[in-house]
Amino acid sequence: MTVQAMKFASEFRDPAAARVLLAAIAAKADRIGATRESPVHIMEICGGHTHSIFRYGLDKLIHEGVEFIHGPGCPVCVLPMARVDECVEIAETPGVIFTTFGDAMRVPGHRKSLMQAKSGGADIRMVYSPLDALELARRNPGREVVFFGLGFETTTPSTALSIQAAAREGLTNFSVFCNHITVPEPIKALLDDPDMMLDGFIGPGHVSMVIGIHPYDFIPRDYGKPLVVAGFEPTDLLQSVLMVLTQIAEGRAAVENQYARVVPEHGNPVSLAAIADVYERRPSFEWRGLGEIDASGLRIRARYAAFDAEEKFGIGYAASSRNVPEIEGCACGAVMTGKMKPMQCPQFGRGCTPEMPLGALMVSSEGACAAYWQYSGARAAG
Amino acid sequence: MCLGIPGRITAITDEGRLMAMAEVSGVRREVSVACIAEGGLAALVGQWALIHVGFAMALIDEDEAAKTLQALRDLGEAQETLEQMALSQEALA
Amino acid sequence: MALRDTHVTMAHGGGGRAMRDLIDEVFTAVFQPPGSEDQARLMDDALQEPGARLAFTTDSFVVTPLEFPGGDIGKLAVCGTVNDLAVGGARPLWLSAAFIIEEGCEIALLRRIVATMAAEAAKAGVRIVTGDTKVVERGKADGVFITTAGVGVIPPGRDIGAAHIRAGDAVIVNGVLGDHGAAILAARGDLALSADLASDCAGLGHLMQAALAAAPGLRAARDCTRGGLASALNEMAAEAGVTVEIEEARLPLRPEVVGLCEILGLDPLYLANEGRLVLFCPPEQAEAALAAMRALPEGEGSVVIGHALPRQAHPVSLRTGFGGARIVDMLVGEQLPRIC
Repeated sequence: MTVQAMKFASEFRDPAAARVLLAAIAAKADRIGATRESPVHIMEICGGHTHSIFRYGLDKLIHEGVEFIHGPGCPVCVLPMARVDECVEIAETPGVIFTTFGDAMRVPGHRKSLMQAKSGGADIRMVYSPLDALELARRNPGREVVFFGLGFETTTPSTALSIQAAAREGLTNFSVFCNHITVPEPIKALLDDPDMMLDGFIGPGHVSMVIGIHPYDFIPRDYGKPLVVAGFEPTDLLQSVLMVLTQIAEGRAAVENQYARVVPEHGNPVSLAAIADVYERRPSFEWRGLGEIDASGLRIRARYAAFDAEEKFGIGYAASSRNVPEIEGCACGAVMTGKMKPMQCPQFGRGCTPEMPLGALMVSSEGACAAYWQYSGARAAG
Repeated sequence: MCLGIPGRITAITDEGRLMAMAEVSGVRREVSVACIAEGGLAALVGQWALIHVGFAMALIDEDEAAKTLQALRDLGEAQETLEQMALSQEALA
Repeated sequence: MALRDTHVTMAHGGGGRAMRDLIDEVFTAVFQPPGSEDQARLMDDALQEPGARLAFTTDSFVVTPLEFPGGDIGKLAVCGTVNDLAVGGARPLWLSAAFIIEEGCEIALLRRIVATMAAEAAKAGVRIVTGDTKVVERGKADGVFITTAGVGVIPPGRDIGAAHIRAGDAVIVNGVLGDHGAAILAARGDLALSADLASDCAGLGHLMQAALAAAPGLRAARDCTRGGLASALNEMAAEAGVTVEIEEARLPLRPEVVGLCEILGLDPLYLANEGRLVLFCPPEQAEAALAAMRALPEGEGSVVIGHALPRQAHPVSLRTGFGGARIVDMLVGEQLPRIC
């Protein structure tokens, strides 16, 4: 046999169930009159969902009247170049051990990526967990260990809990460079954009595991669009699409939870308490491709200043001084908001390839451009 | 920020620090169970949780999982019924 | 025994008595090369046959940690070069082994590595006939670097290679994929993952001979080392001008490898293997090839995983469990663990 059964994962990869769901989706799409020329636009917010869609070939299997708009839920993709530059600056400081998730290693900065800084001699180490960065700090008391805190609400609690642990232990050589961002705010920004045509949302399953399902209530309430919180296995995604289409067919708009086996209605109390204790909202934060969005980024509270890399390294976030322009010709913003498909970007396959990426959507494994390139084989036209 | 995988908690490794051993398909890693420890640590052993970056972040609700799978099975049966109905209608026509 | 040191020092690379003692005791006494000149002088009858060709290959080996479940750098060094010869249809004959040793390396470790190499060479039916030793300062090498070169003989009339692959050919691998890459990742320790994983490192010379005997029409074979199965298939498909279609449901994978990949966000198709080959043979000879391969321990898990097709848009594609398809691209840089 081949892929062995993994509990709570394999059952949701059942091909027979997928075929049934695809047929049901087709029937529903026909019923609401969705066609290739006039499709239903469903945005999957989370990059992990984008990755699943392409990995399982769902984009090619699904009824042609359903079009996935790939949303901005890829924290690597929305990281402004200036923040990468700051990471490199910190990493190149003598005595620093800079720790990061693998996802961020290849994102281009203005001068270099973290990968390039590493080959230039900076002590940059990939870790699986902020707990591993904590352990490095314990074992290397003479070095300053900095953890690159990247990610949405799924990952925010883990750095918060790690900072709390560092505080309890009285560690003096551990800090976090906080770039955590939140999901609901950019969604509101997209919905307020008159150019966006969206009929429904596939909601981020693991973000919701932390924040619950009610932060999305404003979407059906104020904008009349349905949102279904989805798991990451192929049948989870397909079932969620069916649930969105069903709401549209019935003229309803509500938040529904397809991923109830993992997502509690009100989220995780311990995670939420840790986030509230350690972090506060910045007035605004820059999102690559989306510009400044109010209250969408987190920073470490004053009481934990000893663990704030921005304090320790004198790198403050000040929007006015950090408005570093993006790369000429890079259309990541348009692609990320669904206004352009990756293949329509003039750089796709020409000035921007996985080997030499211009923008983050080609670097990150869940960026739409990388996904199209890797799994669909899309290449530059002509 | 999504790569989470269900894993089984096999043992508590450090009560004070709320750490436990989790296993995914035979691969073992020590994880923090701070997020799921409300019901007591001992009760966690043998349970399944969603593991993300070294933290067990949510207990997996086996009933809900069963319900989701049942819904898929029901859909399958409903479709079969519809197909059979369509077939017999054709036969009668 | 003249050698009393426990660790290698710069003196051991100096060309004097210390170096002589190290070489004599640690290397020569075990490998027992023929003669004592700077060059090995060799002959094999098979080389004299009209139409026979010499096969010649080399590889360098760097790995951390030096010893890991399932083997050590020495095992990699012998099997890697033996395999590079074997997949070309050659009978491996002789190996050279050059060592670059970091000052401070434990001599006991060197002895273990050399012992492994001797054992693997004997298993593969090759002799290590010449070599070299250098010592570099602390910090200039990761413990030990090994370079092996190998020479073999291709019998007259045998000409296998990717260019011979044709649409319809069956694609066969000799067992579960990704064990070596996964084992090394787990053994490194920095990810704090533990699993019952061992490298699949093995010599494949006998396996290739068995496959060639059972399936004389065998078209091509390659070993799936860095970059995994996906890279080997991409290279071969591109050279052959075909598209290789593999079926996800048929890929043999150990549950622990699947688990590790799920946790780290890796694709097992890109994990390194050190005892795996992929071969193409005419479809009507696939059963015979499988039977012959499965009779050997290194071939127990041999299976057909796909077929070659006339060239389509991309060299390699994968059919998923639901009849969906996606391409399997060349790896860009290293595969990195991800959390998204």
